[in-house]
Amino acid sequence: MKHIRTINGATLKKSTSKGGCGECQTSCQSACKTSCTVANQSCEKK
Amino acid sequence: MLLFTFLMFNFRTRIVREKMVHKFRMFDTNIVVDVNSGAVHVFDDISYEILDYFQDYDRDALVRKFSDRYDEKEIGEACDEIEKLVQNGELFSEDDYDGILPLAEEQPVIKALCLHIAHDCNLRCRYCFASTGNFGGDRSLMSPEVAKKAVDFVIAASKGRKNIEIDFFGGEPLLNFETVKETVDYARRREKETNKNFRFTLTTNAVLLKDEHIRYINENMHNIVLSIDGREDTNDRMRTRVDGSGTYRDILPKIKKLAESRNQDNYYVRGTYTRENLDFSNDVLHLADLGFKQISLEPVVAAEGTGYEIRREDLPFLFEQYERLAREYVARRERGEWFNFFHFMIDLSQGPCAVKRIRGCGSGHEYVAVTPQGDIYPCHQFVGIEKFKMGDVYTGLQNTELQKQFARSNIYRKPKCRDCWAKFYCSGGCAANAWQFNNDINIPYDIGCELEKKRVECALWIRVAESMRSE
Repeated sequence: MKHIRTINGATLKKSTSKGGCGECQTSCQSACKTSCTVANQSCEKK
Repeated sequence: MLLFTFLMFNFRTRIVREKMVHKFRMFDTNIVVDVNSGAVHVFDDISYEILDYFQDYDRDALVRKFSDRYDEKEIGEACDEIEKLVQNGELFSEDDYDGILPLAEEQPVIKALCLHIAHDCNLRCRYCFASTGNFGGDRSLMSPEVAKKAVDFVIAASKGRKNIEIDFFGGEPLLNFETVKETVDYARRREKETNKNFRFTLTTNAVLLKDEHIRYINENMHNIVLSIDGREDTNDRMRTRVDGSGTYRDILPKIKKLAESRNQDNYYVRGTYTRENLDFSNDVLHLADLGFKQISLEPVVAAEGTGYEIRREDLPFLFEQYERLAREYVARRERGEWFNFFHFMIDLSQGPCAVKRIRGCGSGHEYVAVTPQGDIYPCHQFVGIEKFKMGDVYTGLQNTELQKQFARSNIYRKPKCRDCWAKFYCSGGCAANAWQFNNDINIPYDIGCELEKKRVECALWIRVAESMRSE
């Protein structure tokens, strides 16, 4: 497209098919002990 | 933010089907986020302007509105491209996650522990939320017996989940390293019997760190968090010994050695910035200059009146700091001086699934803290607040209603989050911060929200910048 460049598609919608297995890391176990950040974690099924 | 609300209510889950688009301009780049789909786009100026009116104006009205500044053909092309994104479900997409909300709120499964291996510390950091290590109680160390009971507890409470995480936390866990080792040995034995997979982490101030610890940590710990705040004066202003002396010169060689021994991976140097070092980007860059590749620096969460708490009037300066850091981050990584900043990490395509983003950090329902006495609290920041005691490792969870309250405390149950564009990135924020500032785990800490939104914008800009430069 000429005016718009898509960097990322509708991946959040598609992720619902993974069903929330709950096997991924808890965010506070990485480096976050006082300010919650979830989106920077990884999916265990990727 | 553009917020479009369909008059379609699902009364079972009370989700309003909102179409939500967030647009922002950073360093001459127009970034558009379709909140519900997770799509991220870069718009040129004409499409960026038209977007504000696209849902309310027909094509002729848009041409009339913008024809004094843009060519009619260009306006038409921009409209066509916007329309194409809408048709593809990548713009103005609906919030239709009501179907997975029950998954997020289902019977909670505890699968991560913050094990308070020592309620004692060899430092007296001024900003410590743990009251310099004892969490407001007596100074104490966890016995191996309590730790093993905690392992038994989490194996049972994790039900069908395979992966279990244990963070050895304090206070200072190196004050009680024999219990750490006994716990790991015990969990490794039990994981074979129970078909679980334990991942251990350890958070330390590194003062006591010796070669024998490093060897053990590298053989057994999935991740290690090493506390340092940045520049020497920044660090030593807050992170002091009992006699008031700073720790920087003592810990730096030890931390460097550990980071190198792990090939600069699976660790974080982690610090806290306060009102006394609002120019915190210099602390991050200092750590990068020292050669650290995995860096996290978080804003202090401190009560009003401490003097070092982040205040609302500090936000504009802090936003500039995040932007400065983002620009330098991209520049350094481009010229081969790669480092990772925890709060700028966003994996747009393979990050957490929608269920995880709704569930949030998991405190109180997936993740709990265990004290040296074996008492269970929703997370390390709630430890010592009696009304949040959930049970103990001997008798299990007694207050299951509290666990359910935490499981239900998600972005759809928090009015402020429901209408926020960043809800799928922060997942509702920190319950402990919400409690500390608003006495309600469902009312997020406002300054924390503002900083989080800025960090997410910077992270998105970085992804855009790096994506466009790699093409």
